[in-house]
Amino acid sequence: MIENTVPLSNRLSKREPIQLCFKCIFTLALVLLCVALSFWSLKLDLGNLFSFQSLREIRNYALRFSPPDVTTPFLIKILQALIETLAISLISTSLAAILGLMAALPAAGKLGFVPKAVSRFLLNFLRSVPELVWATLMVLCVGLGPFAGTLALALHTTGVLGRMFAETLENQEPSSLNALTLVGADPISAFFYGTLSEVYVQLLSFTLYRWEMNIRMAAILGLVGAGGLGQMLFYELSLFHEKQVSTIIIAMLMLVMCVDYMSASFRSNQRKKS
Amino acid sequence: MMSQRDPQAKWRFFWSVCAVVCVIPLLGIAHFEPSLLLDPHNLHVMGQFLIEFFPPRIDSEFVALLIKATLETLAMATAGMALAVLFSAPLALAIARNFSVSRIGGRQGRVLGKLIRSALRIIMLLLRGMPELVWALIWVRVFGLGTAAGVMAIAFTYSGLLAKVYSDILDSSSSNFAQALLLEGSGRIAAFCYGALPECSQELASYTVYRWECAVRVSVVMGFVGAGGLGQLMDQSMKMLSGGEVSSILIVFLALVLFADALSYIIRQQLK
Repeated sequence: MIENTVPLSNRLSKREPIQLCFKCIFTLALVLLCVALSFWSLKLDLGNLFSFQSLREIRNYALRFSPPDVTTPFLIKILQALIETLAISLISTSLAAILGLMAALPAAGKLGFVPKAVSRFLLNFLRSVPELVWATLMVLCVGLGPFAGTLALALHTTGVLGRMFAETLENQEPSSLNALTLVGADPISAFFYGTLSEVYVQLLSFTLYRWEMNIRMAAILGLVGAGGLGQMLFYELSLFHEKQVSTIIIAMLMLVMCVDYMSASFRSNQRKKS
Repeated sequence: MMSQRDPQAKWRFFWSVCAVVCVIPLLGIAHFEPSLLLDPHNLHVMGQFLIEFFPPRIDSEFVALLIKATLETLAMATAGMALAVLFSAPLALAIARNFSVSRIGGRQGRVLGKLIRSALRIIMLLLRGMPELVWALIWVRVFGLGTAAGVMAIAFTYSGLLAKVYSDILDSSSSNFAQALLLEGSGRIAAFCYGALPECSQELASYTVYRWECAVRVSVVMGFVGAGGLGQLMDQSMKMLSGGEVSSILIVFLALVLFADALSYIIRQQLK
């Protein structure tokens, strides 16, 4: 993330020392003004927020979360919700990969200008509506439950993957495709054996990356009723079962950390290989 | 014709079958029923809802409500970020290895320093490991419905995140000015101000601005769990199935995210 390959002496010599200029002071003042305005407009009283009494309330509320409920039947329920979360993320990502590839072909300009513009617009729209908004819409559409979450994630991810796929296809050198077409292959098999076989590793790595994000998202989509761990958390919190809630939160944390760890080690492996 | 066949076809077929066999039980777990999409009742409800999307509702009463909610969303993100910076700066300073006095040597307290540092690292991990929305849901129970819960949620998650990244930035700076100052016996804050800040300030500021952009994105949806702003308005309109309101909120949603995107891009370009 943070690259520091340039030797310090180079960097220092190239960069002018920053003086406290008028612009910096003005910007700082503007930022402070915005912050103050925000606090004022929200009528947030910091003293009140962190007063002795409210801190005591927070402590009392936090104490209700311990100890976490670790009885076997509840743990089994959590395991089921975990598997449901994973299923939601996996199915929605694979669905999105298929739909995204289908939309990426016109979006990469393989079928002419009008389909390109239309599919680009569609993909941008799918992408820019947040997953949670899709989830509330899908809950209206197919009812509460994991299917709504799957659809919501699939819709948003189709937008993201479709765009990434389209860019990959566009940047692909068409030499193999042209060679196959010249020796008489039909366009479909030329695409499969000429283009797809060259880019599929990259497409797969995009898909895996989105899967990782979708696991995290699937865990919280349930807060609006779209299945998985989140729905369980919302349900138990509404019933004031704080001890159960803390177990669910621990499960969520473990899931997120597992995914983080696995993707980090996968990535460092990849880096070693290349 | 046989000679033109794909030599890998057998294996490709085999792996495809394997994938399908693995996915089928998962479909059951996720209650995957596409027929629900075509259910006449659902189609009717959804159709009505979507037809109402046009035209978006833009009478003055609703627009006033929208503007208020939009400003509330922006204020929530900004206030949350301000608190997060306030919380995370001392945390980052405490855990950055470059600022470890005991590590430089010559002074006591190496074990204690390490212990405190690991404890703070675990706290940060918990703060940022929990998704913002879960934090918001819990704060709503403490402060009641409204923006205070959203501000606290952003402040908590992002202070964990910012502290981690700030300390990474401080650690990754290749110069030893801060360490030199510490060795000479200066205080930690002075060493930070004169040894590290001149070199890292741009990176720190640009990351903070980027995170502000993310905070705007999040606070837009924070209302779905009752933490105020545009999301709450959307939730209400959605529950009343008034498509016109939902579509105009969606438009504002997208505009707000684009605005935050552009603003943060411009500021970060200036910082380079």
